[in-house]
Amino acid sequence: MSTKENARDGEKERTKIRCVKTMKDIMTTYYIDAKTAKENGKKVAWITSGGPVEPLIAMDVIPVYPENHGAMIGATKMGDDLCAKAEDMGYSRDLCSYARADIACATINGGPIGGLPRPDMLVCCNNICGTVLKWYEVQARYFNVPLFILDTPITHTDYSKAQHRYVADQFKNYLKFLEAHCGKPFDFDRMEEVGRLSLKGQKLWQAVLDTTMNSPAPMSAFDAFFHLALIVTLRGTQIAVDYYQALLDEMNERVSLSISAVPREEIRLMWDNLPVWYRTKWLSDTFAGHNACLVADTYTSAWCSSLRYLDENDFFNSMVEGYSRIYLNTGVDAMAEEVLTMVARYKADGLVMHSNRSCKPYSLGQYDIQRIVQERAGIPVLVMEADMCDSRNFSESQIQTRIEAFMELVRASL
Amino acid sequence: MEQFTRFHEVAADAAGYARQWKERTRGRVVATLCSYAPEEILLAANVLGFRILGTESPIILADAHLQSYSCTLVRGALEEALAGRLDYIDGVVFPHTCDSIQRLSDIWRMNVKTGFHMDLVLPADLTTQASLDYMTAIMETFAQDLGEKLGTGISREDLGAAVLTCNQIRSAVMRIHALRNKVPEAISGTDLHAMVRAGMVMDRNEFLSLVTPLADALEAEYPTSQFHGKRILVAGGLCNMPDLFDVIEQTGSRVVMDDLCTGSRFFQGLIEPDSDLFRAIAHRYQSRIVCPAKHSGIRARGEALVRMAKESRADGVMFFCLKFCDPFGFDYPYIKEMLDENQVPSMLYELEDSLAADGQFETRCQAFIEML
Ligand code: SF4
Ligand code: SF4
Repeated sequence: MSTKENARDGEKERTKIRCVKTMKDIMTTYYIDAKTAKENGKKVAWITSGGPVEPLIAMDVIPVYPENHGAMIGATKMGDDLCAKAEDMGYSRDLCSYARADIACATINGGPIGGLPRPDMLVCCNNICGTVLKWYEVQARYFNVPLFILDTPITHTDYSKAQHRYVADQFKNYLKFLEAHCGKPFDFDRMEEVGRLSLKGQKLWQAVLDTTMNSPAPMSAFDAFFHLALIVTLRGTQIAVDYYQALLDEMNERVSLSISAVPREEIRLMWDNLPVWYRTKWLSDTFAGHNACLVADTYTSAWCSSLRYLDENDFFNSMVEGYSRIYLNTGVDAMAEEVLTMVARYKADGLVMHSNRSCKPYSLGQYDIQRIVQERAGIPVLVMEADMCDSRNFSESQIQTRIEAFMELVRASL
Repeated sequence: MEQFTRFHEVAADAAGYARQWKERTRGRVVATLCSYAPEEILLAANVLGFRILGTESPIILADAHLQSYSCTLVRGALEEALAGRLDYIDGVVFPHTCDSIQRLSDIWRMNVKTGFHMDLVLPADLTTQASLDYMTAIMETFAQDLGEKLGTGISREDLGAAVLTCNQIRSAVMRIHALRNKVPEAISGTDLHAMVRAGMVMDRNEFLSLVTPLADALEAEYPTSQFHGKRILVAGGLCNMPDLFDVIEQTGSRVVMDDLCTGSRFFQGLIEPDSDLFRAIAHRYQSRIVCPAKHSGIRARGEALVRMAKESRADGVMFFCLKFCDPFGFDYPYIKEMLDENQVPSMLYELEDSLAADGQFETRCQAFIEML
């Protein structure tokens, strides 16, 4: 091996995020636990990504996330086949590709981990979209298991007392549902502990994301997409807290050593919407090729988007507002404000919006956000049409051309 | 019958009707986007409740705000608004239904000047006591807010009277639907469609004055049926194209029943007397067949459709839906399966804009009916 190659490998080793391995191990253990739940006398609940998982953890139920599974399906490029299978089952190709993939996967135990463990119950919170409600109805029919719906009306411009009362009532019903299906009383002491851990985890995750306020950024949004998994699946556990503490330490160390995600960071960009799971590497390389780093995104930060409503001393009751007022459950103008805040906070030179055919609540309204950001932040905005899991809706050459043109614009506006 | 002539006139130029109505009465027009906008409250507020549909013009302006993968109702309605063709509107009410309407409401509020903007943030789960309580509360707030916006206020008496009128309208319209089921030759699908459309945009008192005598007259004229053709049940998503019924009926068959929110569902279910009228309004929404964007149990819509197919002795079900309609898209496979299990043949036709002029629909339709 030449000294040059040696040096390059050494550099690669030095810039690799060490926690990646830990994360992979944790996720493997988590899925093994979930898949062997029955043998261990544990119950499994499928839950939506924006749903209140803390009461499940307090009741010792293993939460499983079809959306996280959807991301894995997308990342392993198994989305197209599964989506096509759902279409054969009669589901329109225009439906959310997570839902299509999951519905098909359940019938054949396909996908990267041979299917998700069979649920004992389903918990659906529609604070992210109306799609999950319909999707969980499909699965409730298929698995013939109880479905709990936590209905969180959208907060277009305000959060009314009536809706607060409505969601609070349902949280009470949620506990009754869990007590009935777990066959034991709800453990409020445990809940308090879980709430504390959840909050701690969310704050740590926010702190991790905030390390990219440094220039150069020690990690990119593409890293965040990966490290996000635990704040979704293991929120409310010590494992997640420990993990994000370690990740935060590592990021701080990278900052002090000036180790950056993109070797010669010259341009800082922000990302909007879900990742394009089957093309993260390609996109990451393409932007890095322009010395551009995606330093922040609206997606991974959504899991700490309601921190301001959560109360450590009364976690259970504060969940009512916290889960009602997450990013996707607000109006387009409120979302635009949030984007503007992030653009300033992370000093973004441009915004890349993934117009995601799968996800209407996230995507419809993006054109308005684009205009607002261009006008008020004065930075270029690229909207590129794709899909998070179904690569049949991805045109590489077209997107490549658009990115090239966009990067020129950004450079010119620096 | 003369009433149908009037309904066709109104349906053919609903905007023209609204403009004239405004001029004549000096009243105000409030646009709504779906059947979850409470008719009774609008009527009690003395405004003309006006259900807007998509557009018949090309979609140009709306493309700057909505991606091509939203349904044509959403894109079309925005186009009408942005093009200034809804200039007769004094306010708009967005009941919360699907994700696309939810975002349309935001985009509309941020870009369109059609008077006041109200979101009626309904529950999605219509099965629980909590949601009934919530819906009752927001109906009351809605009435208050609307009264304030109009500067008039809505009294209990106003609301009581409006509930009565709406109930009378619903009874008459449902009688006509029942007659169509019993004596399919009594009313053509196109006439019925015009009546339903008129019922969503006309002065409700005027509509009532036409529709009750119409029901009487039709029942008197058509006591029994000689019809031996195929009986079709139409179901699915939004649909406002009369030629669709024409095409079906040109095959010699008849549409004997429908489950469309722009059809019979708009009029289904009476408001039961209750000391709390807001609760009574909410209760009607909870007990009638829900729109696919709402939840009323995991098989409720399928069971209702099978029941409807049996009751109407339908030979087949024709599903229509707008492309990109998620709520319908998720329901379709299981409902079709339930129909299959009950030996009710069905077909699905997805509409992008209006019916394609290439005769594709006619061919599909004929093939389906021949197969029955
Ligand atoms: S991608 Fe969008 S539509 Fe699909 S489940 Fe997630 S929030 Fe819902
Ligand atoms: S047709 Fe479907 S997607 Fe369009 S507004 Fe109606 S429910 Fe929503």
